[in-house]
Amino acid sequence: MMTSANMPTHDYAAIAAQFGERIRAASAAGSPLCVRGGGTKDWYGQPPQGEVLDTRAYTGVVSYEPTELVITVRCGTPLAEIEALLAEHQQMLAFEPPRFGAGSTVGGVVASALSGPRRASAGAVRDFVLGAVLMDVQGTILRFGGQVMKNVAGYDVSRLLAGSLGTLGLILEVSLKVLPLPLCETSLRFELSEIDALRRLNEWAGQPLPISASCWHQGVLALRLSGAQAAVAAAQQRMGGAPLEHADAYWASLRDQTHPHFSGGCLWRLSLPAAASAVILGGEQLIEWGGAQRWLKTAAVDAVQAETIRRTVAAAGGHATLYRSEHKPVSVFHPLAEPLMRIHQRLKASFDAAGIFNPGRMY
Amino acid sequence: MNTANTVTSAPALPADLSARRVQLAAALQQVLPPSAILSDPEDTRPYECDGLAAYRQMPLIVVLPDSEAQIVAVLKLCNELQVPIVPRGAGTGLSGGAMPIADGVVLSTARLNRILRMDAYSRTAVVQPGVRNLAISDAAAKHGLYYAPDPSSQIACTIGGNVAENSGGVHCLKYGLTVHNVLRVRMVTIEGDVVELGSEALDAAGLDLLSVFIGSEGMLGIVTEVTVKLIPKPACARVIMASFNEVVAGCNAVAALIAAGIIPAGLEMMDQTSSRMVEPFVHAGYDTEAAAILLCEADGTAEEVEEEIARMSAVLQQAGASAIAVSQSEAERMKFWSGRKNAFPAAGRISPDYYCMDGTIPRKRLGQVLEGIAQMEVKYGLRCANVFHAGDGNLHPLILFNANIPDEFERAEAFGAEILALCVEVGGTITGEHGVGIEKINSMCAQFAPAELEAFFGVKHAFDPARLLNPDKAIPTLNRCAEFGKMRVSGGKLPFAYLPRF
Repeated sequence: MMTSANMPTHDYAAIAAQFGERIRAASAAGSPLCVRGGGTKDWYGQPPQGEVLDTRAYTGVVSYEPTELVITVRCGTPLAEIEALLAEHQQMLAFEPPRFGAGSTVGGVVASALSGPRRASAGAVRDFVLGAVLMDVQGTILRFGGQVMKNVAGYDVSRLLAGSLGTLGLILEVSLKVLPLPLCETSLRFELSEIDALRRLNEWAGQPLPISASCWHQGVLALRLSGAQAAVAAAQQRMGGAPLEHADAYWASLRDQTHPHFSGGCLWRLSLPAAASAVILGGEQLIEWGGAQRWLKTAAVDAVQAETIRRTVAAAGGHATLYRSEHKPVSVFHPLAEPLMRIHQRLKASFDAAGIFNPGRMY
Repeated sequence: MNTANTVTSAPALPADLSARRVQLAAALQQVLPPSAILSDPEDTRPYECDGLAAYRQMPLIVVLPDSEAQIVAVLKLCNELQVPIVPRGAGTGLSGGAMPIADGVVLSTARLNRILRMDAYSRTAVVQPGVRNLAISDAAAKHGLYYAPDPSSQIACTIGGNVAENSGGVHCLKYGLTVHNVLRVRMVTIEGDVVELGSEALDAAGLDLLSVFIGSEGMLGIVTEVTVKLIPKPACARVIMASFNEVVAGCNAVAALIAAGIIPAGLEMMDQTSSRMVEPFVHAGYDTEAAAILLCEADGTAEEVEEEIARMSAVLQQAGASAIAVSQSEAERMKFWSGRKNAFPAAGRISPDYYCMDGTIPRKRLGQVLEGIAQMEVKYGLRCANVFHAGDGNLHPLILFNANIPDEFERAEAFGAEILALCVEVGGTITGEHGVGIEKINSMCAQFAPAELEAFFGVKHAFDPARLLNPDKAIPTLNRCAEFGKMRVSGGKLPFAYLPRF
C-alpha cells in the first residue's frame, strides 16, 4: 500500500474538522457555500453562489492498490498527481476526465462527472466510482460504497454523487476503479460525411472491434483502437482507413477540450442516442462517443434558438446542455419533467436541509 | 424518540387480516381484472417466499398486472389506503427481498413479459420487467449481440429483479454489473407518476437517479420498462484451469494477473471443499488434491484469445500453479465451467440444506478471511465450502447444515452473520450481488452508522415519502439495530443510547 507521506494523517482530521465547523456555521446562518477545488470548472453549470469552501488542503492519496484496481483519494488531490501515480503502474482512469488546468482536483472530476473520448467504450465517471466519503450538512462524515468492485449494501449513493455538482454535500474522499493501460493503441482516419460516419460508427459498434474513441469533424472520422496487439492489428486490417498523424495530441485535444471546436462562440453539448441520425441545427458539430455526444457550436444563444435546440434533441431521445457560453439566457441543464423534478427537490432537501451546498448550481 | 421507518403496528390478528383482505380485494377489483388478483391463500401460497426459502410470510393479496396503466392504478390505490407493497420478479432472489408483508400486497411483474424492441443497429433492447435475463441474449443472438450480466439464475431470473438487485455474474469484472449495462428504466412511483431514469443516450439531465435506483431492492418504484445495452458477442473464448497447493498462492496469482495488465473475462476460484463437493457430481476434471482451483477465461477474436491465454499461462506458472490446463474446445470450456456453475446444486446434493453468503472483500484479505471461516467451522460445528468470484473479491461461502437437526439453522445463521461481520472488518461489504433483503438487514447495522442509515432513508423519502414500497427490507431502522445489538460503535460512544434495550 502506498500512502501519501507529505503530511501526518492527524492534520487531515483537523482539516476535516474545520470543514465541519464551516458547514455547521453556514447551516446555522443559512448562508450558501460554494464547494470548490481548483476552480477550473467555475464556468460549468449555473453560476456558483456563496462563500468559497476551498477543498485543496484536503489532499493526497489515501491508498492505492494496483492489483486491487482501486485508488482512494482525498477530494483536493490534483488530478495530475493521480494520473502520474497510475501511469507509474501502467494504469489509468479509463473515463479520461478532461484536464482544464493544472489545478483540476479529483473532487471536481467526480462532482462534474465529465468524461473523455474513452467514455463510450470504457464507461463514465459514475461507472468507476466505488465508494465515497461525504460530509453532510451537519458536518457529519458519511461513508457509502467502499473499495470493492461489487457492493449492493444500501442505496448506491456514491455513484449518485458523480455529477451532483456538489449539491448534496462535501465529497471528502472517493474510491475509484482503475484499469490497466491498453497494451497497444493505434488511430485511423476516414473521409466520410456526417451521415455516413454515423452509420459506420453504429455498424462497427455492433461488431467485436476494439474501438476506444471516435471523433467526426469537418468530413473526417478519426478512430482509436485499443487492446491486445493481435486484436488491434486484425481490426485495422478489416476496417481500412489511413493512419492518423499526431494521434496522441489529437485525442488529448478532445479530452482536454483544447481542440479549436471548443473555443469561440457558444457551445452546446448534445447527449443523444448514438443511433440518432444527423441532427440538423444551425451551427457546426463535432461528434464523439460513436454518435452519443455531439458538440454544437453556434455564434450566439437566445431563448428561441435554445428552445428549438432542446425540442429537437429531446425528440431524438436526448438532452442539451448549454455547456460553455458568455451569456446564459436559458437554464444550463435541460429542464426536467415535473415528477422527476419533484424527486430531485426532495433528494436535495433530504441531503441538504439547510440548502447551503452549491445552491442553484444545477437547477 | 421515535425513528420508526417501517410499519410498526403489532402483528394484526388473523380476523383483522381477513377483513382487510376482503376490503382490499374489493377495492382492487375496481382497477384490475379478476384474473389479476389472487386472494385465496391456496393461490397466494407460492408467493410466501423467494429463493431464500427459510424466510416465509403469507401475503394479504397478490396482484399480477399486465400493463403500466394497471400498475399505476394499483400504486395509487395502495398509496390511498396506505397498504405496503412488495414487488416481485421471478422470485429467484437469495436474500428474501421479495418476502411478503402480512398486511401487504405482493405485486408480481411476471405478466409484463414482452420484448418491446430489439434493435441491432442501436445495440439496445427495450423490454418489460418480466422478461427473463437469458431471453434477452437469446433474442439478440441472431444479431451477434448479447446482454452481458449473467447471474447464475439467468435462465429464470427477470430483468426487473436484476435492476432491483444490481445483479452481476461471472463476467462482471470485464463487462460490469446491471448498473453498467442498463441505459434507461421507466418506472412508476408510489404516487402513481411515471418517471424515466437515464435515457437511450449515454446520460440524462439532472442527478444520476438511475444509479441509485438500480440495486434499490424494489424500494423506490415499480419498473415497467428497461432499455438494456447489447454488446457484440466475442468470437471465441477459452478458459485456463490452474491448480494451487495453497489458497493464498491462488490469490496471489490473481493479483499477479491484474498487475500484468490483464482483465480476464472470467476469474473464479474454488477451495478444496468445493472441488471435492462438485467433482463427483459433474466430473469436470478438477484436481481434488489441489487446495484451490482457479478458472481464468479469455475472450475476443481467435488471435486475441491466443495471445491472452499465453500471457495468462505465463503469469500463472510464475505464480506457482502446480498444474495448468487450457480448454481445447468449446465443449471442454463448458466442462471446466460446469463445476463452478454447479457448486450450489452440488452443495444441495451432499447436504440437506445450505446457506449461501455473499460478502465482498479486498482480495488481499482473502487468506485472513478464509482462516477466520475455518475457525468458525469449528466454533459452529458446521462445514463451509468456499467459491469465490476472485477477480472482484466476491466470496460465496456455502454453509452446509441440516434444518431437521434442532438449532442447526440458528447456528448456520449465526455463522453467516459472523462471516459478514468479518467481511466488514477487513474493509469489505456484507453483500456483493445478492442484496440485503430481509436476510442481511441486521448485518447492515454492522456496516453502517446511524447517520448513514438516515441518509438512505432520505433517498427512500425522495422517491417514496409514504414508505410503502418494500418498507421492511434492505435498510434497518435505528430501533431494529438497537434490538439487534450490533451497531457500529464510533468514537467509543454507544450509539442509540436513548433507545430501550432488550
